[in-house]
Amino acid sequence: MSLSELWTEWWPLLWPTLVAIGFILASVPVVGLYATFVERKIAAAVQDRLGPNRVGPFGLFQAIADGIKIFLKEQVIPSHVHTFFYMLAPCISLMTAMFALCFMPYGPVSTEYQSGFRMIVMPGLDVGLLLMFAISSLSAYGIILGGWASNNKYSLYGAIRSCAQFISYEIPLGMSVLGVVVVAGSMNIETIVASQATADGILGWNVWWQPLALIIFFTSALAETNRLPFDLAECEQELVGGFHTEYGGIKFVLFFLAEYTHVVTISFMTILLFFGGWHFPGLSGAVDASWQMILLGAIVLLTKVCLVVVLIMLLRWALPRFRFDQLMGLTWKGLIPLAMLNLIGVAIVSTAQWPRWSLAIVSLFLLIGAGMWSTSQLQAKLRRPAGRKPVTA
Amino acid sequence: MTVTEVKPTSRKKKKVEWAEDPKIGFVEAIYLPAIVSGLATALKHVFFKKRLTKQYPEVEPEVPPNYRGVHRLNRDEEGRVKCVACYMCQAACPANCIEIIAAPAPQDDPKWSNRDKYPATFTIDELRCIYCGMCEEACPVDAIELTSIYDLTGLTRQELIFDKEKLLSVFDETSKAGQDPVRTMRGKLGPASEVSSTAANSPPPPGGGRHG
Repeated sequence: MSLSELWTEWWPLLWPTLVAIGFILASVPVVGLYATFVERKIAAAVQDRLGPNRVGPFGLFQAIADGIKIFLKEQVIPSHVHTFFYMLAPCISLMTAMFALCFMPYGPVSTEYQSGFRMIVMPGLDVGLLLMFAISSLSAYGIILGGWASNNKYSLYGAIRSCAQFISYEIPLGMSVLGVVVVAGSMNIETIVASQATADGILGWNVWWQPLALIIFFTSALAETNRLPFDLAECEQELVGGFHTEYGGIKFVLFFLAEYTHVVTISFMTILLFFGGWHFPGLSGAVDASWQMILLGAIVLLTKVCLVVVLIMLLRWALPRFRFDQLMGLTWKGLIPLAMLNLIGVAIVSTAQWPRWSLAIVSLFLLIGAGMWSTSQLQAKLRRPAGRKPVTA
Repeated sequence: MTVTEVKPTSRKKKKVEWAEDPKIGFVEAIYLPAIVSGLATALKHVFFKKRLTKQYPEVEPEVPPNYRGVHRLNRDEEGRVKCVACYMCQAACPANCIEIIAAPAPQDDPKWSNRDKYPATFTIDELRCIYCGMCEEACPVDAIELTSIYDLTGLTRQELIFDKEKLLSVFDETSKAGQDPVRTMRGKLGPASEVSSTAANSPPPPGGGRHG
């Protein structure tokens, strides 16, 4: 086979992927910068302030100004760091974060392989979900490397905390998603989304049938992004800045972009796995029916994703930060057993071919059971020591 | 955690209350209602609360009448500087930012005929000043006052060292704008400004104290 034949054979497969990769590469910095802008606006609104409103209409150019400013900053490399690893850490962080986006369809994608342009970098991947988790867990390396290479105690503390947190929360994260995988019968993200597009419309979504899995998944995913209330790796009160204490300028921004990319990724995951992806009642139809339908699907998907991103940013102001033992307790004593039991319940329901509503009952039963068990435990712990009686006035 | 209430008036009965530990029930144990209520609080602020931000250059803040901003040197009814160069403010100033050089009032000038002493120079280093207002309190003739001007800026250190003319022009501006009425006006100047017929160490005029 000559080179030109190879070219004619491969080019139709290559260009859609290149376009999709270009799209991801271009959108990550923009989305990251504007996510900071939106976050600042939301933070301001929650605190009864106005937020950035000076640069451009409604302050919209603030993100661009910030970007320019931070790109032009001096590159300071402290003398006590391991320079190579110090420089490598933010790159690994952002790279793995962006890698995870490859498995995210950003618009309607059919379960069959399509030639021509499609809205995903890696279509039809049968181990999509597994590979996604495998790669997004690599971002722990970026943080650990950053903390260690900084040669700074606080950075190392932050990195170690983050390491423990990552390892602990990977377990419920994976296990909660397994329930969805068992029901859909595939790890292919497109298939999982298609399995939610039933005639029931909105009731086909997994959120109604596996709410416990959603709660566990969302909580663990939030912990994976190192955001409040799980941002012990960078809590300012205790660790100066955590693993990025020694980073400034563009290197700091790479860490930040990675964090926001993670937020976007978990929002995508939440929507794709639990909220029917690009499907919405009344908008169902063949995925490749027409470009209008595809565009509409993409808009539906991205709107849902934006809502989740906003929810994550609001959660930051709704919840206080966990203490470290509480953080570990939550996952090891709460989420992991719950995720296991949930998986067992889902497996039993789908093996016995019971109706779908029994899944919701399993979820509810587990949640109530966990609550009651936890109540009894807490009350045993809080019981007053003997001899000290409260004096009522 | 204990809450103790002790009434200062009643001696015999001290009211001691034990604050109970919060009850952790089922609702608290499953976290979710607390998260929802936290989100509701956040959303309440987003949608229903008034924004407290003041858009500064467009909307100027209203400073309270006792605000301590840039200094001014007051003029008396005849337009002369009220200051009698007694050095009280300079002595009171904890930041040592006031520098006065006194001179005898120009006696050949009929305008100054009833004044004994006046400041030849009066310099305040506005960068050194801590705006404590002690000069204002120390002044026996209410000559120095702090105005409500809060946005003092300059491009050089030199231009923020205010001399007598600058301080008088601050008086002209602020009293014209009406934002800073002469706050501590007690009528006439005090005895310190009056020409003593005898030596400098003469006893105070009969009636003592300040006029007005």
